Amino acid sequence: MKMTGAQILLTMLKQEGVKTIFGFPGGVVLDIYDEIFKSDIRHVLVRHEQGAVHAADGYARASGKVGVCLVTSGPGATNTVTGIATAYMDSIPLVVFTGQVPTQLIGNDAFQEVDIVGITRPCTKHNYLVKDTRDLARTVREAFHIARSGRPGPVLVDIPKNVANGTVEFDPDQNGSKIQIRSYNPTYEPNVRQLKKVVKMIRNARRPVMFGGGGIILSGAAQEFTKLARRTKIPVTASLMGLGGFPGTDPLWLGMPGMHGTYRANMSLGDCDLLIGVGVRFDDRVTGKTDTFCAKAKIVHIDIDPTSIRKNVGVAVPVVGDCKLSLKLLNEMLDNEDFSDIVTQHRPWLDQVGEWKNTQPLAYEQGDDKIKPQFVVDKLFELTDGKAIITTEVGQNQMWAAQYYHFDQPNHFISSGGLGTMGFGLPAAIGAQIAFPDKLVVDVAGDGSIQMNIQEMATAVQHCLPVKVAILNNGFLGMVRQWQQLFYDRRYSCTCMECAPDFAKLAEAFGAVGLRATKPSEVEPVLREAISTPRPVIMDFVVEQEENVYPMVPAGKNITEMLLT
Amino acid sequence: MDDSKRHILTLLVDNEPGVLSRVAGLFSGRGFNIESLCVAPTMDAAVSRITVTTKANPPVIEQIEKQLNKLINVIKVRDLSIEHAVKREMALIRVKASTQTRAEVLRIVDIFRCKVVDVGAEQYTIEVTGDQGKIEALLRLLKPIGIKEIARTGTVALYRDPK
Repeated sequence: MKMTGAQILLTMLKQEGVKTIFGFPGGVVLDIYDEIFKSDIRHVLVRHEQGAVHAADGYARASGKVGVCLVTSGPGATNTVTGIATAYMDSIPLVVFTGQVPTQLIGNDAFQEVDIVGITRPCTKHNYLVKDTRDLARTVREAFHIARSGRPGPVLVDIPKNVANGTVEFDPDQNGSKIQIRSYNPTYEPNVRQLKKVVKMIRNARRPVMFGGGGIILSGAAQEFTKLARRTKIPVTASLMGLGGFPGTDPLWLGMPGMHGTYRANMSLGDCDLLIGVGVRFDDRVTGKTDTFCAKAKIVHIDIDPTSIRKNVGVAVPVVGDCKLSLKLLNEMLDNEDFSDIVTQHRPWLDQVGEWKNTQPLAYEQGDDKIKPQFVVDKLFELTDGKAIITTEVGQNQMWAAQYYHFDQPNHFISSGGLGTMGFGLPAAIGAQIAFPDKLVVDVAGDGSIQMNIQEMATAVQHCLPVKVAILNNGFLGMVRQWQQLFYDRRYSCTCMECAPDFAKLAEAFGAVGLRATKPSEVEPVLREAISTPRPVIMDFVVEQEENVYPMVPAGKNITEMLLT
Repeated sequence: MDDSKRHILTLLVDNEPGVLSRVAGLFSGRGFNIESLCVAPTMDAAVSRITVTTKANPPVIEQIEKQLNKLINVIKVRDLSIEHAVKREMALIRVKASTQTRAEVLRIVDIFRCKVVDVGAEQYTIEVTGDQGKIEALLRLLKPIGIKEIARTGTVALYRDPK
């Protein structure tokens, strides 16, 4: 039958199982928006296109599904770039549809025209410009396939206006055939010979550590990862992206490693003789000085992306494959092994790790006068039973959330790790809330970060999304101020925000609920009230101004050389 | 110690708009260098061949190959510097040819078995095809005479048939 490009797009979205899209209309996408009006797909109208992409991102991270956005051409498209780069760095499956001027005007400096395909080439997994309505259906299917397969990532599809309103013959039912892209074939099945080497290394190791990352979450491998660690009694650490991949309350948990990791995690990495990295990329925030990283260890690296292996650190046993599949096979191989003596074999190591935990635990001193930001996160963890979905902004707020909230399940910690995008948390919380309307979703924010996408409070109110925003308000761009204090002799250059809005009033101006705590005794009541309010809430916690995140590994140092106070 | 070597990478890619930009962008974005680049369709109209020469040490060349393979439009990557390959480059050289130097230029052209393809009052344009060594040698000899302009293709290469 005859269908327009816009109708084909909506049909394909339905076939891909898309129920919600995040977007913002404009001139060149009017035809698509007309079809959205007639369809039953849910469209969440945001207030800035960056919010649309972050929301789709938060939706994808929470649910494991592909997040979908629709924006218009020109400034609409360029506003998505930060969000796309955020998703690209953290390997999140998104498909972003941007409108484009009609094909005959492309390259002519037309109104609201940008070469968004050119601009996003380095920060998308792949992108397309659809030049003919006949190519639209296949392109959409390919886009979703690429976004969710192998190492996931954002895919952009640029749709010119005449392609959207062009009419072609289209059979919605003949699209069932499998996607074949000859130049794209990710490896899911790991090499069994390599896995056998891993088993042998586990057998012989005296001081092993398991290190999980974003790949564990994306692959759905948390259960297999946890099973492997517990049966072999190997202590576990996880990068920021891997938090929740192993229960944060388990006795084997070391805490997060790296620049702001725990003492015991960093010391364990410095002393271990076997490091099993699964779904990690050995980013510089974790490794510190790469040539002395894990100096005493042989490294096993299991990852679906060959480019990550041997990029930053030398690897003794590389395994290219899907995390879940690889760990499952590894667990099956270990079924034939006897591990009754493993506890004795690891006892000295576990004792050492326990000693590190006791000598330098994460700590802060909460007096009666000023609220400590860590105290807010501690209380939040307590009052939510550790079961909330936590999104964060970037900086000190992000680090304290990672350190003091202990995640027992995957897909509950949503944070911009790779790009470190301030303003990510609030729209991401909105996306996560859409994915799980009945869960408690809290954005841990700083007063700097929250102002970057504060306009999305209107989105939360419009769509009745009861997200909670906990602002750790210290009047500064905290993390930068910390570096200026420690390395620039307290020359606080442009980090003091002398003018700040009254966040509680601002919440009310949007139609949400605004609360404030200025004393430690007010923290718990404010949190309780927010949690029990079925509406979006901003909590303004006025905290100690010059509190620092510790431990800290200064730039260029080995991760065992931490500043502890 | 710098253990960088010159590598000739031959890529088969989808013949689609933007693919060359993706490959070039990968090199520039990650700080890899491109010494020369040559691209044209193959016998399969949907596939093009890109020949890139780059200088890199072993860990970097490993990353370059892996990153190229990761690109959706890249079908295959081979490093021809480690395989037996036929390597050729073509250059058009405009050289000064005054009455005094004209004969010398023609003698050199004859020795190198290349061709004069354009003649002017004061210059000749020479066309030369050969491996990089031959081109470099010719340029060295012509330089004292006076090279006015040069257009080079960069290396193209094909692996030899394994015997």
